[in-house]
Amino acid sequence: MTTLTIARALNEGLRKAMERDPKVLIMGEDVGKLGGVFRVTDGLQKDFGEDRVIDTPLAESGIIGTAIGLAMRGYRPVCEIQFDGFVYPAFDQIVSQLAKVHYRSQGRVRLPVTIRIPFGGGIGAVEHHSESPEAYFAHTAGLKVVACSNAADAFFMIQQAIAADDPVIFLEPKRRYWEKAEVDQTQTPDPLHTARVVRPGRDVTIVAYGPMVKVAMDAGTAAEEDGRSLEVIDLRTLSPLDLDPVLESVRRTGRLIVVHEAPATLGVGAEIAARVTEHAFYSLEAPVLRVTGFDTPYPASRLEEEYLPDLDRVLDAVDRALAF
Amino acid sequence: MTLADFGVPAPPHDPNGGPELVQLLTPEGERVEHPDYSIDLTPEEYRDLYRDLVLTRRIDVEATALQRQGELGIWASLLGQEAAQVGSGRALRPDDMVFPTYREHGVAWCRGIDPAALLGLYRGVDHGDWDPKEKNFALYTIVIGSQTLHATGYAMGIQRDGGKAAQNAVIAYFGDGASSQGDVNESFVWASVFNAPVVFFCQNNQWAISEPLEKQTRIPLYKRALGFGFPGVRVDGNDVLGCLAVTRAALEAARTGQGPTLIEAFTYRMGAHTTSDDPTRYRLASELEVWKLRDPIERMKAYLSRSGTADSSFFQEIEKEAGELATRIRQACITMPDPEPLSLFDGVYVEPTPHLRQQRAEFGRYLDSFEEASSR
Repeated sequence: MTTLTIARALNEGLRKAMERDPKVLIMGEDVGKLGGVFRVTDGLQKDFGEDRVIDTPLAESGIIGTAIGLAMRGYRPVCEIQFDGFVYPAFDQIVSQLAKVHYRSQGRVRLPVTIRIPFGGGIGAVEHHSESPEAYFAHTAGLKVVACSNAADAFFMIQQAIAADDPVIFLEPKRRYWEKAEVDQTQTPDPLHTARVVRPGRDVTIVAYGPMVKVAMDAGTAAEEDGRSLEVIDLRTLSPLDLDPVLESVRRTGRLIVVHEAPATLGVGAEIAARVTEHAFYSLEAPVLRVTGFDTPYPASRLEEEYLPDLDRVLDAVDRALAF
Repeated sequence: MTLADFGVPAPPHDPNGGPELVQLLTPEGERVEHPDYSIDLTPEEYRDLYRDLVLTRRIDVEATALQRQGELGIWASLLGQEAAQVGSGRALRPDDMVFPTYREHGVAWCRGIDPAALLGLYRGVDHGDWDPKEKNFALYTIVIGSQTLHATGYAMGIQRDGGKAAQNAVIAYFGDGASSQGDVNESFVWASVFNAPVVFFCQNNQWAISEPLEKQTRIPLYKRALGFGFPGVRVDGNDVLGCLAVTRAALEAARTGQGPTLIEAFTYRMGAHTTSDDPTRYRLASELEVWKLRDPIERMKAYLSRSGTADSSFFQEIEKEAGELATRIRQACITMPDPEPLSLFDGVYVEPTPHLRQQRAEFGRYLDSFEEASSR
């Protein structure tokens, strides 16, 4: 057992992946000497060399486009996009090439590329540094999308994503980078594309992922004082969704609240609501509710506390769900 | 540094390519020498190039006809660009890697891709039905310029392979329109700073659908390379010998650690952008007449005849072979089966996700319901 921050757990996971497979490369802006602006790749260039930990020119489309070429040559690139809002220059390469080459080639060409994106707000940053772009990627066939919420998952999930033969968008909860947890590196991890019940409960099911898992857990603790039992599910995988644990839970609680930072409209919560309605209609005692960012651009940081879902907004939704 | 250093304000669009044009075979079929590029071919190699040019054109003409007859949804013709494609394509070694656009039918021919396999994409039965690894020829890329980054990344992989594999080179094809794309410019930056073994082969066919070269650039395209820190050269794109010599030299530079080269093959798109396009709306017939006189096949034929490298029986033989090839690909096209409906779910991921399995099964049941209804 070691105590690791999420950032450190990612670093250790990346190191393990690089040790295991000489074809694993890291590429991105400032990932080498600096170790990344969040230090997730700290020390890796020193130990694995500049050919495997590549400081790239500042052009995100170039990072993903060349990673695709490297993957075609047999490499396994792990790209770092420095901040969520900087991924859009690479959007075309991600959705039109990375996501589609396997399909286009009738399965002949695999692109095992991992794209790490620190995502979400809460760090008091300027514009473009606090976004939650997951729905764009989860909407795109050919991509897989996962989000870790704690150090142990960070350590294992990054290795699983790199080992996967499909392209994976790997979302890291940047405001939780420095939160510590015990990590048992010897344990056998759950499969990558599985959701997990992280707090059992009876009355209302709360689904969250990435940075919102902590908010949901805190809500669970607070609700308990009012005699309400919340079941919290860490979704972990956004594409493909693993809805079996969610459906199983909703069949018991009859109430579901989805929490995410991304705007509500056409987000992950909307998809979950639709599918739960389809598959557990007669178990529902209340409509599926969403606690999310608003349908606005991400605001200036002095307004982000208003924008971001927090404990009280989750509890308010719990009240509304139980009022039906 | 002033604009004059880059040849500005000289008109960027010298319709003749300007004095910097590398040429080893004139439009009249005269063999000429160039101080920097030479070529020494056997008579058989000369004849083979001619054969490649003729067969490439025949594939293209047949595909255009197939589209007109409703057998293809669309076709992107390479008419007029045969020399650029055959010259560069024949400069490659089998283990070099090619990243084409959707118009590289002549390069595909040189790589040994069955021409019939090119048609599936245009018929709408697949997105490209050849194994990129088998002939080292990537699938056609339709978004303009995207493949230049893939080529550069692939070349960076070669650098990391070491050993014998480090002797491979990569060629990226694109056009004058693509030269404006961010991805193409980013690929130039990447290739330059990583000194990647990649050749950028730009077929400047003067037109990006309806937009003339002036809409893409103020300076000759090959000169852009200098700004990125690597050499650029403009070659007569209708001269198969010039294209072969220039591409060979650029590939050799890539193999020997000298990094990328930009080749601008100065040519002309004799046909429409695709069979859906109508060039009479935006360009003059007189321009076409000028370029007809620069035809890549006619000049090679003139050279072969005049030099005694080939006689009329050879030309007849090639014509016969072209006819047979056309018949074969026509037959392959019209007998190409439509894909099975449920195959649309194939290959999204390495393993289908549970969700996709479910969607597929549901759609299968839905389709079966029609058969049950009709058999009742």
